[in-house]
Parts: sequence; structure tokens; C-alpha cells
Amino acid sequence: MASSGLELLWVSAPQLAQGIGRTLGISLLAIAFSSVGGVIYGVLRNLGVRWIDGVLLVYLELFRAIPVLVWLYLFFFGLPIFLGWSIPGFWCAVLVLSLWGASETGEVVRGALRSIPRGQREAGLAIGLGPLQLYGRVLLPQALRRMTPPLINVFTRLIKTSSLAVLIGVVDVIKIGQQIIERTYESVLIYGFLFVFFFLACYPLSAASRVLERRWNHS
Amino acid sequence: MSPLIELTRFSKNFGSVPVLQDVDLSVREGEVVVILGPSGCGKSTLLRCLNGLELGHAGQYCFAGQNLPANTDWRQVRQQIGMVFQSYHLFPHMTVLENILLGPLSVQKRTRVDAQQQAETLLSRVGLLDKRDTYPRELSGGQQQRIAIVRALCMNPRVMLFDEVTAALDPEMVKEVLEVILDLARSGMTLLIVTHEMAFARAVADRILFMDGGRIAEQSDPESFFSAPQTARAQQFLEKFSYVENMPKRKAS
Repeated sequence: MASSGLELLWVSAPQLAQGIGRTLGISLLAIAFSSVGGVIYGVLRNLGVRWIDGVLLVYLELFRAIPVLVWLYLFFFGLPIFLGWSIPGFWCAVLVLSLWGASETGEVVRGALRSIPRGQREAGLAIGLGPLQLYGRVLLPQALRRMTPPLINVFTRLIKTSSLAVLIGVVDVIKIGQQIIERTYESVLIYGFLFVFFFLACYPLSAASRVLERRWNHS
Repeated sequence: MSPLIELTRFSKNFGSVPVLQDVDLSVREGEVVVILGPSGCGKSTLLRCLNGLELGHAGQYCFAGQNLPANTDWRQVRQQIGMVFQSYHLFPHMTVLENILLGPLSVQKRTRVDAQQQAETLLSRVGLLDKRDTYPRELSGGQQQRIAIVRALCMNPRVMLFDEVTAALDPEMVKEVLEVILDLARSGMTLLIVTHEMAFARAVADRILFMDGGRIAEQSDPESFFSAPQTARAQQFLEKFSYVENMPKRKAS
């Protein structure tokens, strides 16, 4: 079984690689867009402008309350019906996960910014920093140190949640695995492989966060 | 010569509470003005209005002959006004040198060589050149406050504002910070100082400003203020300080 198992993985490698590519593609793009969107959300919420807060709160609560799966269906099946836009499954998944991830990341960024003492802002303003310099050089670098652990949490959830894309027809690594199982009945082997794959995809993030925290503790 | 700072009937409220009322103040270049007064009298707010951290609601503020309405581009003004805070507010993620150079490099766009040279000169002037590559958390309060002063000075401001800069320090560290400020006063820098160190106020000031309830209640030279305060409120205020300083020894039983 061991040799036939390895053989099966070897034979299926090109197919699996395609699935891995899609899963990682969706995840990494969603992480990148979530980060950018989250910083924008966090900074905007930190300005304390009431109407901006209102708009962003509606966005936050919608993505917090409604399951990602429902959003996927809404974008994938709903947009073509209501607006006549049809988005390929892959990009639909990237879009929905990015919107969801940005709301989660954004709350983390907002909290981290709020926890920075007011004096930091005033000290920055007092030497003449403009708003971009204030956030870029003083506030966000300090916020980043505080938000790394919860951020890693959001990112690993994005990687795992990308598997929902199967439901709008994206053939990701899990779907490929299921196809192989249907053909070969090697469910233990394939699920074992998926287990290892997802662990290896998420673990480096945890490891990186620990390294960063240790480094920042020194400074 | 026109004054460096001139406030005319300057007022400010927090909500419906007036914190500064009809303040008239004029500070000449090179003058050292110490602002005294009970807590909540508006001393700190007055300083914070001068560099736009707080905005006034009525009256006029002129800096270096230029009228500054609330919608001024404060970034320009702040480069000419150094401010030092009670709790230092150094940037904890930057080394001492990075703290000092942030303004000169990214706001004033000076060359690194030029700015760093000045930073090092200033650091050795306050006796902390050997700390240039350390992080704020490794420094004592007094050291951090001296670095904060250098950070403000390295922008080459025309005036320095000190907002109770020794209030958060251990008594042992007060001296090293006050000496730096005295040194600045001797070098002819314009200073506005809010403090509760009465002896220091008397020693450093060209003029004392006594504030009460958001108004300037009294202003005079330090000798007349401390020996013969004119208002009842100032007398009371000074009595409380002399009570602490001249407390009689408890009788041994």
C-alpha cells in the first residue's frame, strides 16, 4: 500500500498541483487584498467621522452576520441575474474572501490603532508630520506589532475558508482530492495528503508571527 | 520689532466649557515666559493652541507676523514651534537617532549628513550621544525627556514649548532636564514653559504669567511675582507651594 500510495500521489501530482495552485491562488490574493482593505478600513474608522463610521459599520455587520457561503452564492449566482455581470468562480471566490477578510482585518487594525496612546499622534503632529507620514511612520508600524497574532488568525482562516469555493464550481485541491478518491477509493491517503497540505500552508504564518514578535520584543 | 507670538482676545471652549477666555499675550523673540496656575486653568491648552494641536474659537493668533486662522496649514507652523510633552512621547519603535531624524528628514527634507550631524551635536550637548542607537524603553525618564527636547530642537524651531516636562519624572531626574532648559534659555532661545517647579520658574523666567480660570490673571517679572503677587488667587497659589516647601518638622513625642 505504501508504494502504491506514493505511486498514486506521484501519478496524480500534476492534477494535485493544479488544485494546490487554485487554493493557494485564491488564499494569497485574498490575504493581499484583505490586508490593503483592512488597513484602509482601520484608518478610516480611526478618523472618527460619523458618516464614514456608519457606512463601514453596515459593511462590517453584513460580512460578520452573513455566512461566507451565502455571499459566494450571492455574487456567483446573483450578480449575473441582477446586474448581468458574470464573474468566473475563481475571481468570485477571491472577491468574496477579500471582502470578508478585509472586514475582519479592518477590525483588528482599528483596535490596534486605538490602543496606541494619544500622545504618539500628538508628538508626530508636533514635528510637522502630515497624515500619511503620521500613519505610515508612527501609528501603523506600532499598530502592526500589536496586531500580528490576531492577523495571523484571520489569514489562516482565509486559507481554510477558501475551500468553500468548491461550491461555486472552483476545482480546488479538495475537489481534486475527492475526484481521485472517487476513482481509486484511497480516501485515507488523499485526506492525509490534504491534512499535510493545509498544515504546511498555514504553519509558516504562525512561525513567521512568532519570529516577528520575538524580534520586535528586542527593539 | 514685532513680537514672535501674539494672541489677541484669544478664546477656546471644550464643548460649552470655556477653557481660554480673552487671552492677550505677546512674546518677544528670545524671551522666556513661564506660565503658572492651578490645574485646569488652561495653561496646557494655551500651549497646545500655539502649535494647532487645539484650535481656538475666537480671537486672533499671529506667529512671526503672520495671522493664523484655524484652517492654517499647521504643518508649516509646527516646524517652527518645538513642543515637549509631560510624558515624552518618544516613538517606541525607533532608535533615539531615528526619533530625532524623522522630522528633519521626512518633513523638512534635509540631507541625512546634515541632519545627523546636528542631531549628534545636540545629543552630546545633553550628554546622551552614547545612547543614539538605543531604543526609548532602555532609557530612564530623564534621558527620554532630554531626547524629546533634542527631537524638537533638531527641527531648528524659533520657539520651544514645554508642557510640564518634569511632572512625570523622579526628583533625581528633574535636575538633568531643567539644566537643559536653562541652557537653552541662556542661549537666547524663545521659551514658553508650563511648570510646577517654582524655584525653577523664578530662576529661568523673564516674565511670569499667572493663569486662573482660563484667563491671564497676572503677569510680571519673577521677582515681583514671587515676592509681591498682586491678585488674591496668586497669593493663595504661592502659599500652598511655600507650605509644602517649608513644612515644619513633626514634634517627636
